[in-house]
Amino acid sequence: MNELALAFDVGLAATAVALAWFSVVARSTFAAIVAFVAYGLLLSLVWMRLSAPDVALTEAAIGSGLTGVLLLSVGAQLRPGEAALDLERPGAILRSVAALACCAVAALLALWVWGGVTGPAPTLAPQALAELERTGVENPITAVLMAYRATDTMLEKIVLLLATIGVWSLTPDLKWGGRSGPRQTVDPDGVLVFLARALPPVGVVIGVYILWVSSEKPGGAFQGGTILAAMWLLVMLAGLMDAPGTRRRRVTLALLAGPIVFVAVGFAGCFIADAFLAYPVDYAKALILLIEFPMLLSIAVMLGLLVLGTPQRSAPR
Amino acid sequence: MSATLYGLVSAALIGLGLYGLISNPQPLRKLLAFNLVGNGVFLLFGVIARRGAAAGFAGDPIPQALVITGIVVAFSASALAVALLKRLFQEAGSTSLRSDPPPRADEPT
Amino acid sequence: MSLALDAFTIVSVLAGMFFFLAGTVGLLRFPDALTRLHALTKADNLGLGLIVLGLLPRVRTVRDGFALIGIWLLVMLGSSTVSQLVARAVQRETAQR
Repeated sequence: MNELALAFDVGLAATAVALAWFSVVARSTFAAIVAFVAYGLLLSLVWMRLSAPDVALTEAAIGSGLTGVLLLSVGAQLRPGEAALDLERPGAILRSVAALACCAVAALLALWVWGGVTGPAPTLAPQALAELERTGVENPITAVLMAYRATDTMLEKIVLLLATIGVWSLTPDLKWGGRSGPRQTVDPDGVLVFLARALPPVGVVIGVYILWVSSEKPGGAFQGGTILAAMWLLVMLAGLMDAPGTRRRRVTLALLAGPIVFVAVGFAGCFIADAFLAYPVDYAKALILLIEFPMLLSIAVMLGLLVLGTPQRSAPR
Repeated sequence: MSATLYGLVSAALIGLGLYGLISNPQPLRKLLAFNLVGNGVFLLFGVIARRGAAAGFAGDPIPQALVITGIVVAFSASALAVALLKRLFQEAGSTSLRSDPPPRADEPT
Repeated sequence: MSLALDAFTIVSVLAGMFFFLAGTVGLLRFPDALTRLHALTKADNLGLGLIVLGLLPRVRTVRDGFALIGIWLLVMLGSSTVSQLVARAVQRETAQR
């Protein structure tokens, strides 16, 4: 049985590395991006083999799905300028030296992985288990994200918000507050519209379910928020809804709901418990849920806006 | 042991990504290679988490939660980089990073 | 009883894998985009259906079984839509040339 599992691991690892290699050396950017998306999906299988289902969900949704959409959209736009840039390729000597240096780096890392670690592996799992009942959740990853390292998650939300502001700051002055992306003109009887009508109700339920179940089973706000963002992007792609103007109050409220509730609960923790973002033991699960639902909305809106990009059309009246 | 095998995979990914970063002139391909390096580092975290399996968990949850945070932050950085590339292409007609770029690609010569 | 269920799982999953292999062979060997699309969509959906059927005896709760079937239905919805869109794009491109 162990040999079969090892054979599967070797096959999976070899295919993932081969796809990554193809993504680096392919001539056409489109082929490289498609190889990257496929490699991302294989990587989520690798995460499952490393017994990390939450990370596998995140990698499949954000790492390969949303990043793939982002890269494909910009790859299509940048295609006219590609041929000219090919002439700037570094010469054969520089490429060989770079290849040798990168092989050296990879070999050093491989040596460290293979034999450099001796003695018992360092782990914080016992400490994580010890306080798990007091956090009110059973999934240890959710406990780490929302209780033990809640400050990290709050700052991560703010990083997403800063990235959104950074993307918006590139708006041309005349289009400030405008809509992102081109106006979609799609055949109203077409297949895409059918999908955009059939899938989002199911997708929204699945997204909220993934958040709801994250206290016991693998899941989480980021994975659920990605599915909600994907449904929103699908509806906009099919032309059933237009991109929102970036100065609309609804957009601002949706973006700020998550971080503000998070920071508010954090400061409340100073008074009703010991420290910033501390939860009193009886209300721990309730407070975590209180933080997670606005976070879901904010993450979905932020991820959608990041994929849509800089506003290019004028603001709505 | 499968964790060690995937540790070797992560070393290979980091090497491949570094090579792609150096040898590809298009910034979009550099972004792809940079994402490969990031994925390799996250995979290394995952291997460390798997080796830290104890107390009834199949993997140490702390590095796994760090990787989830890392994947989201890497995506937001990619989104910002893509927005910058689009804007650069609009303004200069090409995404070249040289100081004397080639002529605009979207205008008829 | 459990031996029969295990045998059913193995046979079903092997049949599903065979259809996946057939779809990949079609992708590599068929001459143009439309025929490759046809091979991919039909063979892969059937292969996934057989694999899901084979995994159904091994689920622990009824809800997990429904989740598996739901996954198969969603994949069919997504892949059929995508293959339609790709086929129309190919048709438009050949009509332009």
